[in-house]
Amino acid sequence: MEKYILSVTVQNNAGVLARVSSLFGRRGYNIDSLTVSATTDPKVSCMSIIVQGDHMVLEQIMKQLAKLEEVMHVVHLEEDSSCCSELVFVKLHTPDVSVRNDIRQLCDLYGARVVDTQESEMIIELSEVPSRIDAFLDVISNFKILEMSRSGVTAIEK
Amino acid sequence: MVKNGAEILIDALVEQGVDTIFGYPGGAVLNIYDALYKNSDRIRHILTAHEQGAAHAADGYARATGKVGVCLATSGPGATNLVTGIATAYMDSIPMVAITGNVGTSLIGRDSFQEVYIAGITMPITKHNFVVRDVDELADTVRDAFRIAASGRPGPVLIDIPKDITAAKCEFIPKGKVEINETYEISDEELQTVADMIAASERPMIYYGGGVETSDAGDMLLQLQRKADIPSAHTMMAIGCIPDTEPLSLGMIGMHGTVSAAWAVERCDLLVCIGARFSDRVATNTKRFAPSAKVIHVDIDNAEINKNIGVDYAIVSDAETFLEKVMPYIKEAKHDAWRAQIAEWQTKLDYVPKDDESVIHPHQLLRTVAEETPEDTIIATDVGQHQLWSAQYNGRKHVRQFLTSGGLGTMGFGYGAALGAQVAFPDRTVVHITGDGSFHMNLNEICTAVSYNLPVITIIMNNRVLGNVRQWQTMFYGSRYSQTDPHRKTDYVKLADAFGARGFRVSNIAELRDALREAMKRTGPVLIDAQIDKDERVLPMIPAGGTVDDLVTE
Repeated sequence: MEKYILSVTVQNNAGVLARVSSLFGRRGYNIDSLTVSATTDPKVSCMSIIVQGDHMVLEQIMKQLAKLEEVMHVVHLEEDSSCCSELVFVKLHTPDVSVRNDIRQLCDLYGARVVDTQESEMIIELSEVPSRIDAFLDVISNFKILEMSRSGVTAIEK
Repeated sequence: MVKNGAEILIDALVEQGVDTIFGYPGGAVLNIYDALYKNSDRIRHILTAHEQGAAHAADGYARATGKVGVCLATSGPGATNLVTGIATAYMDSIPMVAITGNVGTSLIGRDSFQEVYIAGITMPITKHNFVVRDVDELADTVRDAFRIAASGRPGPVLIDIPKDITAAKCEFIPKGKVEINETYEISDEELQTVADMIAASERPMIYYGGGVETSDAGDMLLQLQRKADIPSAHTMMAIGCIPDTEPLSLGMIGMHGTVSAAWAVERCDLLVCIGARFSDRVATNTKRFAPSAKVIHVDIDNAEINKNIGVDYAIVSDAETFLEKVMPYIKEAKHDAWRAQIAEWQTKLDYVPKDDESVIHPHQLLRTVAEETPEDTIIATDVGQHQLWSAQYNGRKHVRQFLTSGGLGTMGFGYGAALGAQVAFPDRTVVHITGDGSFHMNLNEICTAVSYNLPVITIIMNNRVLGNVRQWQTMFYGSRYSQTDPHRKTDYVKLADAFGARGFRVSNIAELRDALREAMKRTGPVLIDAQIDKDERVLPMIPAGGTVDDLVTE
């Protein structure tokens, strides 16, 4: 199963998100993440969707999306021809100074930053391409993760 | 001119050429029904017994005429009762506009009386749907709905109108009927490639579906078949495009298609699919469908390409445009060896049911209908064994004369569809062929046929069991007849009488013929209870997931 990033330009009508997600539900496509954001035109929104599947599934998803009345464009973004980024917050249990220092070192390595520190907790933030975030989470999971929140990817064609 | 929303709706419908709608009144559509009352000279409203009947009638009207069918229902249960009818139209790509009322804007989202989010409910079964939030948008929304329903691959569109919008006023500016001028570009290279693939083939085969019916391209297809000497088989959605009696036609393809068609697909070296979608009722095993063939797929809907099976070459176009453009590229050819092989399959393998005048065998019933009714008779069916027999022995020679729920398989579709067709063509004969199971689902619509004096002839193939499911139980479930023998005691002659229609009970072909002749006097709706044996099976059959190797013929 591959992961693909789709950038979908839609008319900003009530119900358009439901329509897109209903299509994924009905046809059994897997969504990893979906973000909706404003564009310079208030009548138009941009959806960035990460889907899982093989090439046939990707082709079907793109064609089925394109059939929706309110979908204006569907683009499959390749990593090397687009900029994409995702934000993650991780809340970690930090019982002592040595753990904190280890975490800070890791953060430096991955370009993450500490945004909040409590007595025995720490919140770190990383904005990166999804694969780097996956790698970071893999490493950081050696520590005790209390909570995590990922934004889903947002992307733009180069 | 300033009008209220209900009047604007009527004007916008008339503007789109609507003269007939099927519906049922209720609280949220009182303003619309008031406007219909005042405009009864412009739009004829047919009141059904149930909203589902209205949806199927609008669908049948659309299938028989090719125009957009329109149905109307109130909010809540009125709207949800349309759902099966909308889904039926969606699966068979039938152009339909369904209009629902809703509670007033200020009551929406408060679980108000008869409130339902029908736009959400119908999202996956419509091409698109609208909630009208401002009376200023109403007329253009209606225009958009008709454009979407009829363009590209047709389908149903729903417009939900809150009650206050039907009372609010604004200016109605006429804009005229939405004209759909779609063109499908096919390059010379593409046409040449298709022609080359056909020319290179020694054993070519065409399989076509509803797309050929929608664009009425049967004559052109037959012309191509004759030019290049290519046999064809059709899906259940394309009955009548080319009569089954044509030498180049192998009849229906699929689970209950002809054996010769199944073998032709199995052995062909090129399969050209036009306006069909390799559904699981045709490509019963997608991994082994046309195993030795290159496949060309022509369809109006790009999303159908490579959806169910991967194809070697694809053209996105309507059937008519494709056939018209490809014709000059096609070389005349003869495939004598291939045709001889097919002829042998036809004589040796095709299933031939045995006649017996003392009882009613389904194929004889269908033959009698074809003999006793005019050539332009429209047949509407429900779903089950009777539908499959009707498709196998359809006797149709033209398009839009066989109305059936192919995709969704909706039991209870037939009577509403027959009413819609009869309203569209009052002077033609409409025969509704049903089973006792399907008929029980929506027989309430007899009252509609009586009210409007619609002389629909209903023939109930009465085997007193739910025959199609029972057939599967016989073949695959050790004859464990779970819930398929309902022991109903319905007297259809009395039933007809109670509704104000006429009923006949027949148990052999001669009696059926007499009843049909009586029905053809067309004084009103008729029910014919035709007694058939409960062990009659639909044959041949390729079981689900099977191939030609699994064919059952006895």
